[in-house]
Amino acid sequence: MRLRLTVNGEPRLIDGVGGDESLLSVLRRVLRLTGAKNACEQGECGACSVYLDGALVCACLVPAGQAAGTEVVTVEGLAARGELDPVQEAFVQAGAVQCGFCTPGLVMAVHDLLRRVGDPTDAQIREALAGNLCRCTGYQKIISAVQLAAGRVNGHHDG
Amino acid sequence: MDFVQPTTLTEALAARAALTDGLPVAGGTDVMVDLNLHRRSPPALIDLGRVPDLADISTQDGWLRLGPTVTYDRLMTVLRDDLPALALAARSIGSPQIRHRGTLGGNLGTASPAGDAHPPLLAAGAEIEVVSTTGTRRIAVTDFFVGPKRNALAPGELISAVHVPRARGPQQFAKVGPRNAMVVAVCSLALALHPDRLRVGTGIGSAGPVPLPATDAERFLEGVLSEGGLWEAPRPLDVAVRSRFADLVASAARPIDDVRGTAAYRVHALRVLAGRLLDRVWEGYEKAGPR
Repeated sequence: MRLRLTVNGEPRLIDGVGGDESLLSVLRRVLRLTGAKNACEQGECGACSVYLDGALVCACLVPAGQAAGTEVVTVEGLAARGELDPVQEAFVQAGAVQCGFCTPGLVMAVHDLLRRVGDPTDAQIREALAGNLCRCTGYQKIISAVQLAAGRVNGHHDG
Repeated sequence: MDFVQPTTLTEALAARAALTDGLPVAGGTDVMVDLNLHRRSPPALIDLGRVPDLADISTQDGWLRLGPTVTYDRLMTVLRDDLPALALAARSIGSPQIRHRGTLGGNLGTASPAGDAHPPLLAAGAEIEVVSTTGTRRIAVTDFFVGPKRNALAPGELISAVHVPRARGPQQFAKVGPRNAMVVAVCSLALALHPDRLRVGTGIGSAGPVPLPATDAERFLEGVLSEGGLWEAPRPLDVAVRSRFADLVASAARPIDDVRGTAAYRVHALRVLAGRLLDRVWEGYEKAGPR
């Protein structure tokens, strides 16, 4: 099937998409956008998190055909002008990255949280990141990164 | 595999009739797992996501009509007052990513004994509307689940709506799992008071081949509330009532031992949940009464 959609602001026309193919597969296989990671393929780990028409979703669970006509933003789209997003900066500064495999998905989830909640509580952070697994950090530095990013993004300085 | 994308209910039903083995898909949170892991390979996917009527929520004569492609994210925000148990259950499902996509109709289509939306629908007395090219019928939610991952849909039928009476009293939901998020329930329970019809509703999840009502517990509590005049003049319940209700809920379960827990643990946990939920709904009723 032929798929027309917008990815990171750019209109794309993609041929040869399978009926059972996921949006994640199209992003990685065809568009070579490998920021969103292919890990569990069942919505457990959140490593493939992207925005689909503004909603945070697991790209592995979106049939590619359902993305026709939508706007998709991947982690690559957050740093589109060659400058890291404040969330990405905060991850670097807080040391919230170890092996890095979960990082793109977590960056997307934190980005989504901070555009909804300016100064999230610890409970709000944990609930928002519940669908993103990290097997290295133990999450503590990720939570520090969220607090750091919240201060930068929304002008709070209590992180 | 074909990917069919109807934009009206008529087109969707025509596709459903023509593609007998076609698999309807909405949020994809169940269907895509099966496809990604090669557990099934239907000849076609029928995408219901472009049929606007199926995503509607409306109210008529005290009943809510919930479209099957309404997401958990919408349920948990929109239904906080009108269907509190379903809103609580929706909030307990998966993660933000899953709640943005997963749908009420998908939960019913999958018909897992662990489906989190099912106990609140049982407790509320929901009816499932299904439609095919030959007509529409309504199925009581108690008749909808016919076995593990099997529902009462006939070939060619689609779930077109879920009808639920708007809450007239307190409702609660709780589930047990190893963590707060991303959990397939070890067991779950919903409890609703219906002071308008002097009824009590329950729903047990993940402790039987299908989601189950605890009918004896419902009748027992209705008897206590009616005979004691407690619907009209609520006062604290006897400890013996709480404990008998909890026992009757636990004895309605038909659990098995599996990877998530033992049958004995599930029965124990349901007894605990039943007592807690009774405390919560009764506290709510004592404060606020019927609405």
